[in-house]
Amino acid sequence: MDGTNRRNGAYGMAGMVAEAEMQGISISELILSGQIRDLALTREILMEKMRHRLQVMREGIEAGLDPYLRSVSGLSGGNAWRLKQAQQEGKLAADTFSAGLMIRAMAMSENNAAMGRIVACPTAGSCGIVPAVLLSLMEARNIPEERVVMALFHVAGVGMVIADQATVSGAQGGCQAECGSACAMAASAAVELLGGTPRMSAHACAIALKTLLGLVCDPVAGLVEVPCAKRNVSGAVNAMAAANMALAGIESAIPADEVIWAMKQIGDGMSGTLKETAKGGLAVTPTGLRIAAEIR
Amino acid sequence: MNVFDMVGPVMVGPSSSHTAGALRIAGMVRVILGERVVKADITLYESFAATCRGHGTDKAVLAGLMGFETDDGRIRTADVLAEEAGLACRFTFKDNGGVHPNSLDIEAVGESGKVLQLTGASVGGGSIVIHRLNGIAVEFTGELHTLIVVHTDMPGVVAAVAGILSRCEINIATMKLYRSVKGGEAIMVLETDQPVNEGVSEDIGLIRGVRQAVVIQAMVSV
Repeated sequence: MDGTNRRNGAYGMAGMVAEAEMQGISISELILSGQIRDLALTREILMEKMRHRLQVMREGIEAGLDPYLRSVSGLSGGNAWRLKQAQQEGKLAADTFSAGLMIRAMAMSENNAAMGRIVACPTAGSCGIVPAVLLSLMEARNIPEERVVMALFHVAGVGMVIADQATVSGAQGGCQAECGSACAMAASAAVELLGGTPRMSAHACAIALKTLLGLVCDPVAGLVEVPCAKRNVSGAVNAMAAANMALAGIESAIPADEVIWAMKQIGDGMSGTLKETAKGGLAVTPTGLRIAAEIR
Repeated sequence: MNVFDMVGPVMVGPSSSHTAGALRIAGMVRVILGERVVKADITLYESFAATCRGHGTDKAVLAGLMGFETDDGRIRTADVLAEEAGLACRFTFKDNGGVHPNSLDIEAVGESGKVLQLTGASVGGGSIVIHRLNGIAVEFTGELHTLIVVHTDMPGVVAAVAGILSRCEINIATMKLYRSVKGGEAIMVLETDQPVNEGVSEDIGLIRGVRQAVVIQAMVSV
């Protein structure tokens, strides 16, 4: 059992870690072999389908770097390019890796707002976080593409646990369920790519999700733009902070499955005005309302 | 749920519910009508209406009516393409009255003059539910292979349909019947484990009392 598609959630992240440890394999391998069985498809076909998604992520980031890119509403676009320019001019207090992380997350998110092609991961609103983390690590550490494709199975495995035990929908759980989940998924897989153990991955998942717990979904004018694109940037940065903490041997005092449970509790208790309805938070600030009126 | 629900779908942004989901509802119209759509009256409700422009919901609907997939780069310019293709459309926006905050009605006319009315809702992550077909309340999602049979409400139709599926070794996963009035137009929605090929649906179309049999291929995320 791979612990990812059981309805009662009894297996969760802890079950995934235990199973990977028992079999002496990585979480990505555990998820991939589970899917080979569940979907009755070969390893080659599944790898190929995932490789295609990685390619769409790459192309999406490339498209998002266009300085003239604008969303349909005109609210966003061009910020990824601005970040990249500033980085090249040495204006940022960020090394190549962290700058690349921010640029990629912004680019993917802005490309989404501009009706570009993206991979929902887990959702369209949070689509910048996972590609930013994986592709930045791939470049910085010269990781072979095959391993990054495998890491996407790890990403998906964590997502399936969260979707099973809580939710990845902003309308149900707020932004913590979208960007928070993406952050946890990316952090957990980053640990594996950097040589950490499955146990460390689970701690990274827990730490990452904790950093975004309680985050509400309050998009201005109801669009996946403000504050979504910038939250994707912070989600990617938080994911690496969590992965680094876990790699240093720092443990989450609250286990991953309980953090996921807490996320669900918080989401259930969150006012409906803060769950993708544009009726609360930033959406109803004077500026948020003015922007909404202008777009309509 | 599988890995491609979490890393996927590949889609054109910005919103899985307001863009991809809207496209899929309109795509159902194209599939069920079975021919090129030449005219469409579209009513968008509540959240769909409020955020239509920014989410490109209107373009997504037109793209769906033209049969595009959710990851088609042409969605961004679907309004221009629809005009070029001679698809006359009219959008109406309503603040309330929808079956769901993200819902829409479409009344479409095909090139042969055939008319179809459909109401659908986008329920999150690109998933959809069709709630009304030609004025009859129904409920299906298109996530499994779906066979829609429009027929006259009379004895024997269900048995005949089930008989043909049984002979073709197609297992029925779920089956629901809907009708307007006793003896009037009825709709049978069957979800099957195996795909229903065209030959089978043609045979079903020949059953006495059946007006139309339409096959919707399962939405596959893999």
